[in-house]
Amino acid sequence: MKIDHSQPLEYSTHKNEMNILGFWIFLGAEIMLFATLFTSYFIYENRVGNGPSGAEIFEITPVLIETVVLLTSSFTIGLAINAMRLNRPKAMLWFLGITLILGATFLSVEIYEFVHYYHVGATLQTSAFTGILLTTLGTHGAHVTFGLFWGIAIFLQIKKHGLTPETANKSFNYSLYWHFLDVMWIFIFSFIYLKGMM
Amino acid sequence: MEFFERFAIPHPDPMIYASMVAIVLVSIAIVAGLTYFKKWGYLWDEWLTTTDHKRIGIMYLISALIMLFRGGADAVMMRVQLSSPEMEFLNAQHYNEVFTTHGVVMIFFMAMPFVIGLMNYIVPLQIGARDVAFPRLNALSFWLFFAGAMLFNISFVIGGSPDAGWTNYFPLASNEFSQSVGVNYYMWALQISGIGTLMTGINFIVTIFRMRAPGMKLMKMPLFTWSALITNVIIVFAFPVLTVALLMGTFDRQFGTSFFATGNGGMDMYWANLFWVWGHPEVYILILPAFGIYSEIISTFSERNLYGYKSMVASMVLISLLSFFVWVHHFFTMGQGALTNSIFSITTMAIAIPTGIKIFNWLLTMWKGKIRFTVPMLYSVAFIPLFTVGGVTGVMLAMASADYQYHNTMFLVAHFHNTIIPGVVYAMLAGLTYWWPKMFGFILNERIGKWAFWFNVVGFVLAFFPMYITGLDGQARRMYTYSESTGFGPLNMLSFAGAGLMAIAFILIAYNIFYSIKNSPRNVGDDPWNARSLEWATHNPVPEYNFAITPEVNSSQALWDHKKKSHTLFKGKIDKIHMPNNSGIPIIMAGILFVFGFSFVFSIWPAVIIAAIAFFSCMLYSSFENDHGRYISAEEVKETEEKFGGAKK
Repeated sequence: MKIDHSQPLEYSTHKNEMNILGFWIFLGAEIMLFATLFTSYFIYENRVGNGPSGAEIFEITPVLIETVVLLTSSFTIGLAINAMRLNRPKAMLWFLGITLILGATFLSVEIYEFVHYYHVGATLQTSAFTGILLTTLGTHGAHVTFGLFWGIAIFLQIKKHGLTPETANKSFNYSLYWHFLDVMWIFIFSFIYLKGMM
Repeated sequence: MEFFERFAIPHPDPMIYASMVAIVLVSIAIVAGLTYFKKWGYLWDEWLTTTDHKRIGIMYLISALIMLFRGGADAVMMRVQLSSPEMEFLNAQHYNEVFTTHGVVMIFFMAMPFVIGLMNYIVPLQIGARDVAFPRLNALSFWLFFAGAMLFNISFVIGGSPDAGWTNYFPLASNEFSQSVGVNYYMWALQISGIGTLMTGINFIVTIFRMRAPGMKLMKMPLFTWSALITNVIIVFAFPVLTVALLMGTFDRQFGTSFFATGNGGMDMYWANLFWVWGHPEVYILILPAFGIYSEIISTFSERNLYGYKSMVASMVLISLLSFFVWVHHFFTMGQGALTNSIFSITTMAIAIPTGIKIFNWLLTMWKGKIRFTVPMLYSVAFIPLFTVGGVTGVMLAMASADYQYHNTMFLVAHFHNTIIPGVVYAMLAGLTYWWPKMFGFILNERIGKWAFWFNVVGFVLAFFPMYITGLDGQARRMYTYSESTGFGPLNMLSFAGAGLMAIAFILIAYNIFYSIKNSPRNVGDDPWNARSLEWATHNPVPEYNFAITPEVNSSQALWDHKKKSHTLFKGKIDKIHMPNNSGIPIIMAGILFVFGFSFVFSIWPAVIIAAIAFFSCMLYSSFENDHGRYISAEEVKETEEKFGGAKK
């Protein structure tokens, strides 16, 4: 394995560089996935059948908590990668840990939010609108859940092996993934919640 | 016993029972054979766990050929049923199941793996690489495709076939109108194999962008590699749409949502939109690699460099862009209004322009060339006029107002078979024959191949051209029978005869493989066709590391330069070579997803949950696994090179 020391650790081998390009292309596919979900959401937005509309069920408080928590976690994963570039694995693990805790917090609030929807009678089956709302949010939530497990795996690997070209590469891709989920949430916040509450 | 009742087939038929017996017997025979000849270890070590792009390519091709016969048998059944009026060979339900299966199998499990199989084998060789960017992911892609294909193929003996057409339009595909689990199978089989395809897309884009031989600029890639690159870009952008559509369809059928329902806020037309937003790019995913293969073959057997290389690339890029803006032409009659129809009418017709450019480029490549009519070249030459007919009828269908006459008639069926068979199927047969000596070291018998070719072409014309006429006269597609007074009888009988000839052609092709394995001479050399591109610059058959020394190139026809302009391909000396290790993880993960899909189809939730946990555990295991591959030492490489007849210059 040839290591190019003029590059940051995560780019230092040909394999690493290909991993990162591949991951960017994967994120391109993910953008198409969410774009399809958003399009579907806009199509079903007003097709509420006998069920409630967005304005009737959205609650601003949990949504704001989720937004602040997730945006902060996007910042902390950025700090983690910065610490990685400065070759400070301990600081990096701290920031990665904080990111994971914030992610878990986000997920708990989202679960609370889903329970709330269930209690006000907005389930998957209620109408096409509630169906696509929960599918879109659920897809994002499932991505965050997957991200939590992935993050834990990376945390343990860095703890065991330190910062190597491999662990740095994984962490970097993970940070891309996490930022991506954050961007998707910004769209969800703006075009689902804010638009729905207006 | 109540638990097992769900696995019963809803519409029993003696033919299905016969198939069950056949499946069981064949499975027992395979297991017994493998055990008796002690081949389990060989199978596992050399094939099932392989990460070698060449072996994965061959496994794709074998699967595609098997599926070709499965889908072909369905086609013959349909032609028998329609051969004369009021035929009672299949009933309406069985006919629905057969045409659905035919469509899905041919598109997803025949054409797709055929295309991806050839890409797998050829693209790394054409760009001078030792493997794809992510070899293990490549194996996973194959096994996911295979799991999806198997899931789809067991549907007709366990629980019932899907019966809502390969397009699976709602509300016909909803629980109300399609009560068996068939459509659930459709959803999960396509979902699983679709994820595999998406990963292939990512893998090949990175491979082509990052692993080309020194000197091979983008505009110096062979045309087949260009077509593969563009195809994979389409895959990455189109398949996520299918993922969402299938997910929503699954939710509608199994979790009671109302996305595609007619009430409760649902919109049945939305499925058709989502399906074709993926579906139209999909047909270009199939045809662009075919164009690439024809470009290689026509240039090789005309002994001329490809006319209009740059315009070939530009037209493929243009086709790929346009392919995302034409989906509405599949349902002009759904009533979206004149303006929308007009826009999509124009975008559809626009595709004829880049395609026309390509046709002229192929013709001009042959102009004044020294043409050798080998089997691959015959298919390529037949493709040009036949595909043009398909293209012209496509422009007819693109006229929104006229489409009200053609919509859902046999005219449409004739049109798309006229593009897919001479376009994709002939390309696959041509490509398989052309690259066969690359894969196996001997040429398929040309005489039998030519017989098969003529049966194929004559059979195709007889089978599908009559449908243009019956379609214009109003014979609807997907109708299991018609009355004598319609007058469709004689032309349908002609179609049946054509289908028979095509069946003979494919049997001849299969026979040719067996015949050539036994009888073809093995000393054909490394470049039997006097070809032009890099895949022929290595040994024949190819050693596992492809090239002992990474080649250096300065045009899209590296080997031709080597032969005619004494360009040195392999500079430097032999060094140790890094190769990926085999891995059992891909096939295990695909097996788990098969169980997941099967349990989901029948709503057996505990098994679904266990399979999901097992799947993610495999991912976690892979994450912690430390696999850095292995090295083949320089001595070992030298030894192998000697065995293959000396190092290459």
